Amino acid sequence: MYVSVKGGAEAIKSAHKLLEEERRGDPEVPEISTRQIAEQLSLAVDRVMTEGSLYDRSLASLALKQARGDSIEAVFLLRAYRTTLPRFGYANPIDTARMVLNRRISATFKDLPGGQRLGPTFDYTHRLLDFSLEEISEEPPQERCEAESGPAETPPRVTDILGKDGLIEEAADEEGPVGDLTREPLTFPAERDLRLQSLARGDEGFLLALGYSTQRGYARSHPFAGEIRVGLVEVEVFFEELGFAVTIGEIEVTEVQMVNQFKGSKENPPQFTRGYGLTFGYCERKAMAMALVDRALRWRELGEDFVGAPAQDEEFVLAHADNVQATGFVEHLKLPHYVDFQSELELVRKMRREAEAAENHERAAE
Amino acid sequence: MTARESGYNFAYLDEQTKRMIRRAILKAVAIPGYQVPFASREMPMPFGWGTGGVQVTAAILGPDDVLKVIDQGADDTTNAVSIRGFFQRTAGVETTEQTEEASIIQTRHRIPETPLKADQILVYQVPIPEPLRFLEPRETETRILHALKDYGLMHVKLYEDIAKHGHIATTYAYPVKVNARYVTDPSPTPKFDNPKMNRMAALQLFGAGREQRIYAIPPDTEVVSLDFEDHPFTVQAWDRPCALCGAIDTFLDEVVTDNEGSRLFVCSDSDHCQKRRDAMQEVS
Repeated sequence: MYVSVKGGAEAIKSAHKLLEEERRGDPEVPEISTRQIAEQLSLAVDRVMTEGSLYDRSLASLALKQARGDSIEAVFLLRAYRTTLPRFGYANPIDTARMVLNRRISATFKDLPGGQRLGPTFDYTHRLLDFSLEEISEEPPQERCEAESGPAETPPRVTDILGKDGLIEEAADEEGPVGDLTREPLTFPAERDLRLQSLARGDEGFLLALGYSTQRGYARSHPFAGEIRVGLVEVEVFFEELGFAVTIGEIEVTEVQMVNQFKGSKENPPQFTRGYGLTFGYCERKAMAMALVDRALRWRELGEDFVGAPAQDEEFVLAHADNVQATGFVEHLKLPHYVDFQSELELVRKMRREAEAAENHERAAE
Repeated sequence: MTARESGYNFAYLDEQTKRMIRRAILKAVAIPGYQVPFASREMPMPFGWGTGGVQVTAAILGPDDVLKVIDQGADDTTNAVSIRGFFQRTAGVETTEQTEEASIIQTRHRIPETPLKADQILVYQVPIPEPLRFLEPRETETRILHALKDYGLMHVKLYEDIAKHGHIATTYAYPVKVNARYVTDPSPTPKFDNPKMNRMAALQLFGAGREQRIYAIPPDTEVVSLDFEDHPFTVQAWDRPCALCGAIDTFLDEVVTDNEGSRLFVCSDSDHCQKRRDAMQEVS
């Protein structure tokens, strides 16, 4: 006698117990602490904070630990936590012109006010595995780099220098109201504020591929890295009761301003245009890719042609950039689809019967 | 009532979010079959796994509600177990596996075989709310088509099916017209369930979390499956009864029972099947 399958609840419980064991790994090996993750896997933490849209190093580290190092799973954990947090209000726009710089480079000018500053970069390292890292070093770390005192005043942004001569389009209006796609459903066509928000939350790999495609001729935009700056900015909130803004903390951000050639159109004179990227922490690759995609998506307002490239296609880019949505829907194929499959099974059988009958009929006619 | 998880609001979502969702639901009820955009939240389960249905349920759930959750018609499928557990944990509400006892039924891919009553609400989990999506991928375009009531694309698709196969080759997510106005996706339920949607006594709510849409079919609303006069809509039928309860009027799942590929056909609605078997046992 056939008994239908039961025991979903039990199976889930056991699977989660196994998961917990796997997460911990060999109990002989010391457990990793969230502080270790925050300190030594800091770029993974930065990515999770950026795509999770929540600036909290300790929670992002916890998410990474719980997710066994799977960054998208960690982003998901952080986002699910973020939705339960009350919204007190909105901060003033951060002022990256007042950033305390850890890194600042420009590919457009050899020298410029404030100079170039490499900071802690993988650039120019030779990608050779450093086998000395295999062992935990017992020695206290070598003398730390003295923070070379940078310029007393933060140097102006490269785009501001270009802007003085009118060689680059003016920056977007900074005062207008800004949309929030976590509070209002995203509708198309979307304004640039919502596009940038969507890209900032978007998956690094997806944006990297799209940005890359613009360099290979799919909506080519002739970009130059006008400026990349990484450092600390103050977050200010305006309190009605006080009548002035108060600094509530400091966050690290990466800002990328791409400068793109522009031949001019009926509406606009020839000048350089901007593509913009901003992330929490140090996520330079993501910020650069974001700036390329942002610029590609601006074809309409600049009066450029739509050449059918994926990176120009707002609905395509914004509807598929979010990795929490994407992973959920791709992975939902694991869920049972017995009923739909049963319906399809019946249909295929029916069509096969018909095809067979038709074939027999033809043969008989011959 | 079971013990409720502390630290979270009743049914997980904060009250402001629930209010936003309720507004969307009210609008959806007022315009049957129309897809209302809403600011879908990240839930602690993945998008595509019922977050739309879960948000709708969370927004309408009260402490006195009795909740039933089914997936593929069964209460014991893993994701149904998970969602039921979620509401037990965050809302502490009573749950049931019996269709008649539930005040809210959240479902994926099926409508229960037992007819629903006026004081019940059926909440569907919807992956792709737009019935025209696979004919026109752009949201900007499909919204215009709905506004103009321009459903030519869909009729051409159905016609091409007939020209090619001699019949309409859509077996689930079979498009319906609600209240003689909007062409609507019934979620990927088998077309077998479409007739149950017509003039259903219960309120039907549809939540698509990832796609940020809510739509509704109010009680006793006309729901017509699209067809042609000379090719009327028909539902699937099986040439054998359920192997467990003997029902001849239910949707049957095919179960492979051994390595030789022997097959068995059993009701997909596990509660309905069990009830019939219990009744038979009482008689004998």
